[in-house]
Amino acid sequence: MPSSIQLTSTGRLKHFLTVSGLSKDLLTEILDTADSFIEVGERNIRNVPLLRGKTIVNLFFEASTRTRSTFELAAKRLSADVLNINISTSATSKGESLSDMLQNLEAMASDMFVVRHAQSGAAHFIANSVTPGVAIVNAGDGWHAHPTQAMLDMLTIRQKKGSFEGLKVAIIGDILHSRVARSQIRALNTLGVDEVRVIAPDTLLPKNLESLGVKVFNHLEQGLVDIDVVIMLRLQRERMQGALLPSEQEYYKLYGLTREKLKLAKADAIVMHPGPINRGVEIESEVADGNQSVILDQVTNGIAIRMAVMSMAMSGQSEQVNDDAMEQAR
Amino acid sequence: MKIEILNGQRLTSNGQWEQFDNIRIENGHILSIDSGDSNFVPERIIDAKGCLVAPGLIDLSVSLREPGANVNGTIDTETAAAAKGGFTVVCSTPDSSPINDSKAVTKLILELSKRENNCRVYPLGALTKSLKGEQLSEYASLKDAGCIALSNAFNPLQSLIVTQRCFEYAKTQDLCVFVNPMEPSLHQGAIHEGKVSTIVGLQGIPHTAETIAVAQLIQLAEATGVRLHLSQLSCAGSVQQIQQAKNTGINVTADVAIQNLLYTDQTTESFDGLFHCQPPLREEYDRLALIAGIKNGAIDVITSAHRPCEAAAKLMPFAETAPGMSTIELVLPFAQQLAKHSDLPLSTFIKSMTSNAAAILDLPNPTVERGAIADLVIFDPNIEFTLAAENLISKGKNSPYLGQELIGAVRTTMNQGRISYSLNPESLT
Amino acid sequence: MPNKLNIQSMISSMATALEKYLKQHGIKSFELVGIRTGGVWVAHAVQKHMNNTQTLGELDISFYRDDFTQVGLNPKVSPSKLPFSPEDKHIILFDDVLMSGRTVRAAMNELFDYGRPASITLAVLVDLGRRELPIYPTIVGSELTLTKNEHIKLVGPDNLHFDIQRIDQSTP
Repeated sequence: MPSSIQLTSTGRLKHFLTVSGLSKDLLTEILDTADSFIEVGERNIRNVPLLRGKTIVNLFFEASTRTRSTFELAAKRLSADVLNINISTSATSKGESLSDMLQNLEAMASDMFVVRHAQSGAAHFIANSVTPGVAIVNAGDGWHAHPTQAMLDMLTIRQKKGSFEGLKVAIIGDILHSRVARSQIRALNTLGVDEVRVIAPDTLLPKNLESLGVKVFNHLEQGLVDIDVVIMLRLQRERMQGALLPSEQEYYKLYGLTREKLKLAKADAIVMHPGPINRGVEIESEVADGNQSVILDQVTNGIAIRMAVMSMAMSGQSEQVNDDAMEQAR
Repeated sequence: MKIEILNGQRLTSNGQWEQFDNIRIENGHILSIDSGDSNFVPERIIDAKGCLVAPGLIDLSVSLREPGANVNGTIDTETAAAAKGGFTVVCSTPDSSPINDSKAVTKLILELSKRENNCRVYPLGALTKSLKGEQLSEYASLKDAGCIALSNAFNPLQSLIVTQRCFEYAKTQDLCVFVNPMEPSLHQGAIHEGKVSTIVGLQGIPHTAETIAVAQLIQLAEATGVRLHLSQLSCAGSVQQIQQAKNTGINVTADVAIQNLLYTDQTTESFDGLFHCQPPLREEYDRLALIAGIKNGAIDVITSAHRPCEAAAKLMPFAETAPGMSTIELVLPFAQQLAKHSDLPLSTFIKSMTSNAAAILDLPNPTVERGAIADLVIFDPNIEFTLAAENLISKGKNSPYLGQELIGAVRTTMNQGRISYSLNPESLT
Repeated sequence: MPNKLNIQSMISSMATALEKYLKQHGIKSFELVGIRTGGVWVAHAVQKHMNNTQTLGELDISFYRDDFTQVGLNPKVSPSKLPFSPEDKHIILFDDVLMSGRTVRAAMNELFDYGRPASITLAVLVDLGRRELPIYPTIVGSELTLTKNEHIKLVGPDNLHFDIQRIDQSTP
């Protein structure tokens, strides 16, 4: 099972690759730990010495300034040393294999790799290939998972709504190509919300979605009724080329979140978006900036969540290494 | 050489396992069965106590990887692996490097395989030039050089008119066409489109990518009169169509790859590149439909779909790995598994890999009867072993069974009366 | 013997000692900070005895410990609460049990990340000795010696009392 490589023998986190296979208790622990890091972010000195002397490498095979910066900031607030490697300009474009590159990087005594890659399963592959003792955090792999994004979204929901019980959550947009949506669906169901809905045309929906515990809607008018949390996904321009959608205008007309459409949801519904926002494509400016929007909170929470998973994964790796050493000594 | 096999069970022509005292082989043929003649002095005696004796296996789709990069396999290693698997005849896929679309390459393959002499190789010629799916290759020349049939080796045919022309020209040259059915615009991705592809976030290949192509190919076969053989089916819907086509008398046959009988797409959820296959592993109901198809004759042949590759080719994120498994040495232990867990009798399995395969290749029906060519496999169904990379002769160690227990091993393979493989007991542990 | 520990009288003597100390040093304005969890209970109890109603600061030192590589991260970490800035303040730092001194070292590092105090005075309920760092308490409820396989834990917040556990020296 994919998840078991994420956990130590005592069930502690040692890699953070996917929400899949993690228990409700462990997800809650991530959220609770993140709360402490939010407090750290409110101090004058927004640093704790927890990971001092550790080296964290941001290994980004897909360019991303936003996500990479938040990971970098999170690592620095933990007092770790950070190395940024942007692969699109380096060796693999020259044909060096992923395995070889990892070996070279490991020789630099890194304690953790934060990996973003265009291929689903890349983070799993790296976690399976890397020396024991090195933690892997998935910053997004293909369409498969973006677990830190999902967890910061969960943290935001918990902050605004108090708990997950009884909540109805709608995810709107290109689910098919969205690693964020897949991770969010897993997290929401594990944390026990009442209902998870997706709203999109069939061209943007993967098959057999119901088996993931999701109610599928093709129309905003039905899907938004009674909703407590609205999560908008970004629509990429390329989707208009692959015969998936006719135009941005039609998409906005049917699936764009406007003030009018938002009224279908509960009056105290919150609006979320993983960013960056396409104003006028998936969301109306007034809604993005309006008082139901919690988009900026998501950004702050992103740093705290990443500090939490990096600390927990590093902690789990130490435990594993100590365990293995004791086993050897026997 | 005069050989005597003692005391085993042989597969009779009506699919039964029958105990025998002795089988005598001389001049490459089976001289007698249960003969009392004491004048026969064998130069070699094989004690087949507890073993099963069947005709040597025939495989319709083996990638020998030569000519090509030696790291993935050579004719030497892969035919030796085939002999170890109990095969006396294999058809090599045309997707070598260079592609087998010319008599020069065909002749090279034949020369190398004859030199190694591990098993007989019947090359498949490329259905189109460079397998690009656009232009005919020189069918007559390929046939003349020794190609037994033509194949597209999982490369798309660019349009139906090209497919039709290939069929017409192949019929003219009296060649059978082996086609892997795939509608190229739907066949995008590395795994089956279903619940698992949704979970792992990988582009999935829907059933329709195969079933629509099957429908088109069957109709074109009917219209042109070519002998069509559909290679490596994976969908229940394809089995249905073959059945219907046969019922209406269309000259079409089909095979399945053993990987699609053993596994489903569940195995891909862990992103293990060893389960990246062509065609993709599909749902359980597809797997069961394929097995039912073998039992009721809709599907004629099982093939190893042996695709050896070097370790590095599987050491990357799933969708980037090279597809295929190394299977040819393990076909009979796999057959035993299928007999045990999936209700597919061993004799039916063997028939699909002997008589049925021979029929498609227009070869004489292999039997273990007096007068038959001595193409035999002696199989011990009870040997238990854990598969280790060192045990595999093939250069391809890409088997998901590494480290796992298997039951059954080939003791001896005999190719036209000559022993082409003999088990070394130490090598199994 | 640990059973003879009378927490109430220890708290009472700590409160008296603290008041005396503050007067001796002319400290009129100060802040009270407890190290979670036991230190917070002790601070609260002492504060009550002194009829002091200031809001306590609470420190969770999980992120400042020196043994991360050995024991990893506390799964039950929760946010520190400092409702005041320590900048230029006299801090009375409370903990329940003082032994190696590492906890107090971590707490001081954390306090300094909030601001630069004028002074820090350490008040502990029980001093077990066995110091590994140069840390000393000014206010002590009681000194205590434990054997190698005894382990002490404060139970609270109501009805504060000590639990002594005997750790069996089982072979690994």
